[in-house]
Amino acid sequence: MSEPLLSVRDLRLVFRMATGEIEALHGVDFDIDPGSTVALVGESGSGKSVTAQAIMGILPGNARITSGQLIFNDPASGARTDIASLPAESPELQAIRGARISIIFQEPMVSLSPLHTVGDQVSEALFLHHAVSRAQGMEQTEAMLEMVGFPNPARALRTYPFELSGGLRQRAMIAMALVCRPSLLIADEPTTALDVTVQAQILNLIRDLQAELKMALLLITHDLGVVANMAQTVVVMYHGRIVERGAAAELFSEPGHPYLRALFKAVPRFGMERSERLVPVRAIEHELGEHFQTPASATAHGEALLDVRHLCKSFTIRGTGLFGRNESTEVKAVDDVSFAIQRGECLGLVGESGCGKTTVSKILMRALSPDSGSVEYHDQGEALDLLSLDDEAMMAMRCKMQLIFQDPFSSLSPRMTVFDIVREPLVIHQRGDTASQRELVQELMRLVGLDPRFLSRYPHSFSGGQRQRISIARALALQPQLLICDEPVSALDVSIQAQVLNLLKDLKSELGLTYLFISHNLAVIDYIADRVAVMHRGRLVEIASRDQLFSRAAHPYTRSLLQAVPHPDLARPLDFAAITASGGSDPDQWPAAFQLDAGSSAEWLDLGQGHRVRARANANPGEIVQ
Amino acid sequence: MLRYTIRRLLTMIPTLIAISVIVFVIIQLPPGDYLESHIATMQAQGENVDQKKIAFLREQYGLDQPMWKQYLTWAAGFVQGDLGYSFEYDLPVTEVVGDRMFLTILISVVTIVFTWLIAFPIGIYSATHQYSWGDYGLTFIGFIGLATPNFLLALVMLYLANVYFGTSIGGLMDSQFIDQPWSTAKLLSVLEHLWIPVVVIGTSGTAAMIRRLRANLLDELEKQYVTTGRAKGLPPGKLLRKYPLRMALNFFVADIGNLLPGIISGAEVVAVVLSLPTTGPLLIASLQSQDMYLAGSFLMFLAILTVIGMLISDLLLAMLDPRIRLQGAPAK
Repeated sequence: MSEPLLSVRDLRLVFRMATGEIEALHGVDFDIDPGSTVALVGESGSGKSVTAQAIMGILPGNARITSGQLIFNDPASGARTDIASLPAESPELQAIRGARISIIFQEPMVSLSPLHTVGDQVSEALFLHHAVSRAQGMEQTEAMLEMVGFPNPARALRTYPFELSGGLRQRAMIAMALVCRPSLLIADEPTTALDVTVQAQILNLIRDLQAELKMALLLITHDLGVVANMAQTVVVMYHGRIVERGAAAELFSEPGHPYLRALFKAVPRFGMERSERLVPVRAIEHELGEHFQTPASATAHGEALLDVRHLCKSFTIRGTGLFGRNESTEVKAVDDVSFAIQRGECLGLVGESGCGKTTVSKILMRALSPDSGSVEYHDQGEALDLLSLDDEAMMAMRCKMQLIFQDPFSSLSPRMTVFDIVREPLVIHQRGDTASQRELVQELMRLVGLDPRFLSRYPHSFSGGQRQRISIARALALQPQLLICDEPVSALDVSIQAQVLNLLKDLKSELGLTYLFISHNLAVIDYIADRVAVMHRGRLVEIASRDQLFSRAAHPYTRSLLQAVPHPDLARPLDFAAITASGGSDPDQWPAAFQLDAGSSAEWLDLGQGHRVRARANANPGEIVQ
Repeated sequence: MLRYTIRRLLTMIPTLIAISVIVFVIIQLPPGDYLESHIATMQAQGENVDQKKIAFLREQYGLDQPMWKQYLTWAAGFVQGDLGYSFEYDLPVTEVVGDRMFLTILISVVTIVFTWLIAFPIGIYSATHQYSWGDYGLTFIGFIGLATPNFLLALVMLYLANVYFGTSIGGLMDSQFIDQPWSTAKLLSVLEHLWIPVVVIGTSGTAAMIRRLRANLLDELEKQYVTTGRAKGLPPGKLLRKYPLRMALNFFVADIGNLLPGIISGAEVVAVVLSLPTTGPLLIASLQSQDMYLAGSFLMFLAILTVIGMLISDLLLAMLDPRIRLQGAPAK
């Protein structure tokens, strides 16, 4: 192994902006050996993706390589090409692109054209780069689709991307990248948009295919857990520079650069002590003002604040389109969900996308009305039936419950200043005059660690983490008791995530807040929640205190979720066999004690100390606790 | 696809019935009828009107009957191809309309083709060469086209055509062919005259379409799937044709339904200025004189054209876009 497959040498790149040229890469150097896996780690904006685009020759129009080399030594032909010296649309580069080096992107839905079949898009690169007949090409495409795990590859050729689930779409994307058997695959955050169990499957698939096709992998990610499971070499990028580079084993045991060390401290891990805090890469300070004082009753646990009983909600999905059958199917988005949130606690709600978590939060906020069930809110000894409140009572109720959304970009109006955004709840509920509102808004800004001088700015001038803190300030404006946080950190970088999590955690104890914290990230839930409810296809399957759930999970679904989380620790690799064995998210694979017949509502089995699991009524406890 | 087409055709029936009712009611809305406005004109000119004759005529045409009965008579006749009788011209509507309908459709179709032929390449060029001199230049010309009123452009074109090409002013054919049976010479004459109204009527539509195509294509060019295509090693021309252009076609097709009535109604004023033998001037005159059967028939034709345009664009959309074909809208 004399020559590396790809060597990046002193790569410098500028973006042309209205204000002049901005250098995005300040001399990047690294090598990829044939057949090896290199992980490129860094936060968003650090230049990871731009580096990948430069290697592929697919830079956006306003980017330009100013100096440096990208030497690609093709093992198949022995040819040596400097990609950086070739114009983007040159025939030499087009011959390499898609055939010798290919790429998979983060978002499988938008990366595939909705108007062309999977077969068409996957086979395209094959026909472009190889002289194969139509029949041969389709045969090879089908074989590739089978290789990436399509259950029915012949049918998959004719399906459209929007007919597939997220995991299958990403498989199609992988098939498309691999159909020409490249010697280098670039995976740009390939699993960030996927559920944790699907992520484990896709990572496993990429690893298997890599061994089979003997290709090198450049894995771009911000998830140290993924890195620990995939990479031999790690390259850390920060602000357009390589700050550290080395074997994974070395970097994980002795991270050298302060940024990497900080990153390790910012990632939530399983089994952290309750008192242990995450250390954000850039810490923020916040202060309580006179309006926000710790209430005396903040620590009064044990009393239910919100009591949810037997919630059901179905959606009807009509027809399969304009042509053909007009059957309508009923999907139970929320199926007999009951839980209670104690005053002052944080209840985590976990589950895969589409399991009904958000539907529950919408019902609680009365954005949707359930088919049946009740929601009771206990306020100063008074029980209010949330679902039957009239408009006036609901208006008053809104001051007690507020929502924080997932996407900090679309949840703030770009046409309002931060002041107007944070003040809006006060205006709607007619709290105080303008002067007192201004005072309160300034206090709110300090409360979430933002400078009150930012108030006259618009949301676009803030980063994702800052926007999310503005959202929190807005939610707190009415001094609510209960906050529903719907995936509040899943759109944020790991380094920013720690900031927002710490803030939420501090505010909870300082202001005596109660949280319903919805997330698909178990490590985040582990860090912030006191109790955890696990949801699967509209049903709660297990509910327990955080300690019990993470140490003695009983339900097979919870177990597979726990097993599928990649740990940023080389000593704890993902056990792909165990994930498959525990049955995952497919109820048919679960042990008999957890399989439920259609129609029969399962029993809650109490395992003590509030740990309850949904299982068959006649199942014996020995079967369940293994 | 067949089932969808049939269903789509069936839903056209109630739509057209509803339109016909509305058309009829609107025509009848102004007080009085054709005879009354006719009498008023006659009296204003100092002529005596025989009340008996008026009463006879009123009975003859059914104008003394309640409105719903009049509607039914008209609608029943319309379905059988009897468009009624024009009071103004003292002729059956079919004869009054005659060639004019054909010429109107001819102008409209040629205008649409003209619009597309010009707008498509310019729109693509503008989008792929965003902020270049070519883009700015074409955008500038496009805005001038958009901002110039049709009738003004018509007058300018008339002048230019007369001075530089020697084509006689106005009309759609040389005067010797008017009311003559169709012949090769007449057809050539029509073609010679046709380009002026087509350019006049088509200019603003073309300019608008260039803008929309440019905007749509620019949106699509930004999309991730285009990058995916580039990453596969597709050459730029092929990439453009296969992915973003295909996507931008959707709106193009969806526009057909709007284009037909827009062109036809926009053409009317121009037709007056250019004194074209199309239906436009006739429609305006018939509305002014409350010549109800003539006006009603016109409006119905317009409605039918619109509905057919919508049908064509819907069918094409379903063929082009699998999402429309395969995905049902989820109910609440």
